[in-house]
Amino acid sequence: MTAATARVDERVAHVGVLRRLLLKPELGALVGVIVIFVFFAAQSDVFRSWNGAANWLDVSSALGLMAVPVALLMIGGHFDLSAGVQTATAGLATGIMTTYWGLQLYASWAVSLALMLTIGFINGFLVTRTGLPSFIITLGMFLGLQGLNLGVTKQVTNQVQVSNIDLVPGYHALNNILASTVTIGGAKFPIAIIWWVGFTVLGSYLLLKTRFGNWIFATGGDANASKNVGVRTGRTTIALFMMVSFMAWFVGNTQLIRFTSIQAQSGIGQELYYIAAAVIGGCLLTGGFGSVVGASLGALIFGMTEVGIVNVGWNSDWFKLFVGVMLLLAVLANQFTRRLAEQSRR
Amino acid sequence: MRRTWFVAAAVIPVLIVSACSSRNAVNKPHNKAGGGKGGYGYKIAVVTHGSAGDAFWTIVQNGVKQAGKDMGDSVTYESDGDPTKQAALIDAATNAKPDGLVVSMANPPALKAAIARAEKAGIPVITINSGEAESKAYGALSHIGQDEVVAGRAVGTQLKTDGVHHAICVIQEAGNVGLEQRCDGVKQTLGGTVTNIQVDNNNLPAAQTIIKTKLQSDTSVDAVVTLGAQVAQVAEGAISQANSKAELATFDLNGDVAKAIEQGKIAFAVDQQPYLQGYLAVVMLTLYKSNLNVLGGGQPVLTGPNLITKQNAAAVAQLAAGGTR
Repeated sequence: MTAATARVDERVAHVGVLRRLLLKPELGALVGVIVIFVFFAAQSDVFRSWNGAANWLDVSSALGLMAVPVALLMIGGHFDLSAGVQTATAGLATGIMTTYWGLQLYASWAVSLALMLTIGFINGFLVTRTGLPSFIITLGMFLGLQGLNLGVTKQVTNQVQVSNIDLVPGYHALNNILASTVTIGGAKFPIAIIWWVGFTVLGSYLLLKTRFGNWIFATGGDANASKNVGVRTGRTTIALFMMVSFMAWFVGNTQLIRFTSIQAQSGIGQELYYIAAAVIGGCLLTGGFGSVVGASLGALIFGMTEVGIVNVGWNSDWFKLFVGVMLLLAVLANQFTRRLAEQSRR
Repeated sequence: MRRTWFVAAAVIPVLIVSACSSRNAVNKPHNKAGGGKGGYGYKIAVVTHGSAGDAFWTIVQNGVKQAGKDMGDSVTYESDGDPTKQAALIDAATNAKPDGLVVSMANPPALKAAIARAEKAGIPVITINSGEAESKAYGALSHIGQDEVVAGRAVGTQLKTDGVHHAICVIQEAGNVGLEQRCDGVKQTLGGTVTNIQVDNNNLPAAQTIIKTKLQSDTSVDAVVTLGAQVAQVAEGAISQANSKAELATFDLNGDVAKAIEQGKIAFAVDQQPYLQGYLAVVMLTLYKSNLNVLGGGQPVLTGPNLITKQNAAAVAQLAAGGTR
């Protein structure tokens, strides 16, 4: 007779504040950011100065911009190993079309965007059509683009970089949009930081407040079940790959404009940092769970560590060890919170 | 609806082409250097450890190609940064029975057996760039390259003359012995402090911030030494952003570095003349095959250090844009 009152529906069950907080995917990364900031700020006055902040935010922003779509893709259940190399493809395409073939800067900017979206579409299309793991498909794209970047660049320029983009009409306008700086407290903050914050907010809104966001979670959580309830998983996957390529276009062109040159080998290996940032930020490798804000916090941890080690004068030979240990700790913390999450549902 | 697509398909290419103008094409395709035709017709195989896309090795390769053209030899160029794969490439080259073999030895012990097999097949071998210490012991005719420590010392000496006390040495490839040797050489002759810092060659934007951070954290740094041309450009930006007065010197060269030296933004560059390493190796093998000549009787031929300063930068800048300096 007491059965009805004793059993409360699990969906309306009371969950404690602490447990609810622990279940936020980005919490681990937020704690990490605070710990690392305090750690380095206590030891270096340059690190906590405006100039120092501009430095670590600068390093974080390039990584963070890419981590946003990469996190979305991971929540959707896929990887893109070609993400790093794609940034070089985008920059090289704009540079070569403009400075060698004479195409107007904005026109080649647009053609480069079209090219990148096509690459993203191919990645997504192959993954959805063949059902092969995205790891393999994008590994092929990663190797292929590496060869294409190098082959085309050498064929056209006889060197391995494209430079002199600053001599082209229209450069300064583009430079203002992508690579100007904002002075705060006497320090120059690259405008890429603002773009990074903007895209993080946008990505987070998309993920948490729109139908498309639900589809991402659903596709990554259980693709078959989602398909059965009418989620267009194929379209979602293709769109996610195209978002990664879009951001590669944005980041690659920012690099080209900011440094007035780009190298054919640029970006190789960076894709692993994007994935690591997303994982530290709470994304699960299996998909279906994660956070865009968390990925950006993960990128912030990377940026602060990379710059902080130099600030406190440590031997930078050890940087990768630090990063590796941090990644492992983050994954362990994620595993722990996931267990908690599963328990609380019971 | 369909008509709209046809119109768009017709109009967009026209728009794109009309957006072309010579004002944008600031990089003109280079003019390849001319040369005679020797007509020796030897087959020469070059196997290096340069990774694909490395600016330096592209210039070596250009030297090899041009020498092949000038001598009338047919040349092949293969490379792999992984020592075991490089050894396999050497074996493959040996099997094709060339008249001469050129090898760069970044990791000599790994290549020892493969080089011995080539020599056993009667193929003369010349080593280039790295591996000077082992070259003779492995039975090579000669070695063409730059002694990295000697080059480092040259930089240290020059910096000392400029009154430098504390230099940072920027290493862009972890674990590359040659790069560590360069920094050691600088340390030997500078007399002051040299601090090594590590950056990632494939993430130059971050490298720039790291160098800037170092300059801001330690204001006693009065010189930055970079070990590659692309990193030098990045360091140039870092120094100006940090409002530092540090002097910038670099190993190796490209068009932009030569331009920066001309403008006084980089004090000097030490060039090891990679073009010479590729070109001379082919020429020396051709002369050996046709006339049994060995330059210097087999002593190492040094292609550097060649100092590029404000005085000679302008002329070199022009050549660098064509991929030969």
